[in-house]
Amino acid sequence: MMEWTNAIVQGILLGGLYALFAAGLSLIFGVMRLVNIAHGDLIVLAAYFGLTTTVLLGVHPFVALLFVVPVMAGLGYVLQRGLLNKTLGDDILPPLLVTFGLSVIIQNALLEGYTADPQKLNGGAIETASLQVGGLALGVLPLLTFGIAVAVIALLQWVFYATSLGRGFRAVSDNQDIAQIMGFNKSHIFGLAMALALAVTAIAGILLGMRTSFDPSVGGGRLIFGFEAVIIGGLGNLWGTLAGGVILGVAQTIGAKIDPGWQLLAGHIAFLVVLAVRPNGLFPRIDH
Amino acid sequence: MNARIVTRATRASRVAMIIGLLALIVLAAAPWWAGRADLRLMGEIFLYLSLACLWNLMAGYAGLVSVGQQAFVGFGGYMLFALTIFGGVHPIVAILIGGLLAAVLSVPIAILIFRLRGAYFAIGTWVVAEVFRLSFAQASALGGGSGSSLPVGVVKSLSESRSGREALSYWLALGAAVVVIGAVYAFLRTRRGLALTAIRDSEIAASGLGIDIWRTKLEVYVVTSAFTAIVGGLIFLQKLRISPDAAFSVNDWTAFVIFIVVIGGIGTLEGPIIGTLLFFALRETLADYGTIYLIALGAVAIVVMLKAPKGVWGLIRDRYDLELFPLSYRVRVDSNDKGA
Repeated sequence: MMEWTNAIVQGILLGGLYALFAAGLSLIFGVMRLVNIAHGDLIVLAAYFGLTTTVLLGVHPFVALLFVVPVMAGLGYVLQRGLLNKTLGDDILPPLLVTFGLSVIIQNALLEGYTADPQKLNGGAIETASLQVGGLALGVLPLLTFGIAVAVIALLQWVFYATSLGRGFRAVSDNQDIAQIMGFNKSHIFGLAMALALAVTAIAGILLGMRTSFDPSVGGGRLIFGFEAVIIGGLGNLWGTLAGGVILGVAQTIGAKIDPGWQLLAGHIAFLVVLAVRPNGLFPRIDH
Repeated sequence: MNARIVTRATRASRVAMIIGLLALIVLAAAPWWAGRADLRLMGEIFLYLSLACLWNLMAGYAGLVSVGQQAFVGFGGYMLFALTIFGGVHPIVAILIGGLLAAVLSVPIAILIFRLRGAYFAIGTWVVAEVFRLSFAQASALGGGSGSSLPVGVVKSLSESRSGREALSYWLALGAAVVVIGAVYAFLRTRRGLALTAIRDSEIAASGLGIDIWRTKLEVYVVTSAFTAIVGGLIFLQKLRISPDAAFSVNDWTAFVIFIVVIGGIGTLEGPIIGTLLFFALRETLADYGTIYLIALGAVAIVVMLKAPKGVWGLIRDRYDLELFPLSYRVRVDSNDKGA
């Protein structure tokens, strides 16, 4: 019994990481209806930026965030204004295929720069530290990851609903043309949304890199986890995305408990079951 | 008054048809004039051409942009291995049964993932492909994660000699390409094909004309899945070895195919043919550069999508009003009837 409780608790904590993968996806879909196929590769790119920073400056991965977050945010703004804004329109093909091309470019550029060898960010003592809670050993890093996920989502929620930037996001999301007439600069707001999304991606990448080893090819899998969390939770609902991440994480750890080969499969099956039973996700945003 | 005749064929399309038939005869004779390596390369080209035409039918016409077609390529490959090893079925029969099974399997999959719109549909297909990959990696009878080879007995049942087998494998690939292009062309000329073309041009207008969009898309998805599985069977008949990572590779069976179609010209029949030729020309000259070549390929696809979204064939067609496969209707003014 204790083993199962442990699996569930570990799954919930893992879900925090998946929610961080998903939050960026959810944000840019909400603001500009863009699905970024390269999202997973950008997470891995952030992890590699973290690696270079920690190795060059000899700092802890958390300190590297001070460098990686602004770099990824800047990259997001430039990417959006220089490339992705050109793909937005009624046709779904251009954004899809352009981000797909971007995914291949990032993957192979990382392969060229860092080789295919698995890498890991060295978090030091925090990686193995754990707390004893009621007979369960909770890792400090997973706990911290979950806490960061909750904080990031609360922050995004606050930005979205309580700041003037968020008002811009909601305005262009509701109707781009009218928002433009009201004096919002659509291209600039999209750029800021992507910058914010990639800042979250930077945090996700650093936490991923401390938790497991990574190589240039793992981006696709991270995209799929994030996407599943978004759909399970319900499109356009950030707290739902956290719930979706948790459900996915728990499904995976329970699957792994039954048979190690079942970990990923169980997560995908949970996603397909939700899709079959509740096509709009468990907590869909209510459209007015 | 000039007589106005509505026609599909043009002089260019008739010339293209004759050249195409001549080329087909020359290509069919390739086992007698081409070396072993060239034969293998050409076989690969035809299989990629088939995959590109199928993906184009789905994405370019039905608007079903899938990044998970590797699910059916791998499924077809695995069915070849499973049915020949455990069922004792002849390889070619096994490949055809694989196609049939893929069609059956694609119906519940379609019902599930058609609930996702646009780009989310794309990632949904990828999840399905991952489920396939992980499931076959669990199948220990087929070698689990490390895969298995086609037994010598099965390979010999195709032909006793190695050259005979290579020729047969080549002809099957050529045949697959001809059947796929022919079937897509014939389909697009029918009433249903017209409905599909209408969906391509505007879904809202098409549904206003009474076209059942969901059903048309389902038909396209099922037929494409079946053919993709058959092509997958042929791919792994050529390779003689299968593993989950090779069979369900998103790069090999989807990324390259997408680049072929986008660069050639999406939503046209000529596009995938031009794209395949360009792709292999690039690959054969630049493959030594490895990752740089793939980066260049991704960049070319992005530039084409932004600057010339109809691809190379779209540029040619707009400039010269050419159409090699006569699909659209034209009004021809017959000047012989002058004064009548």
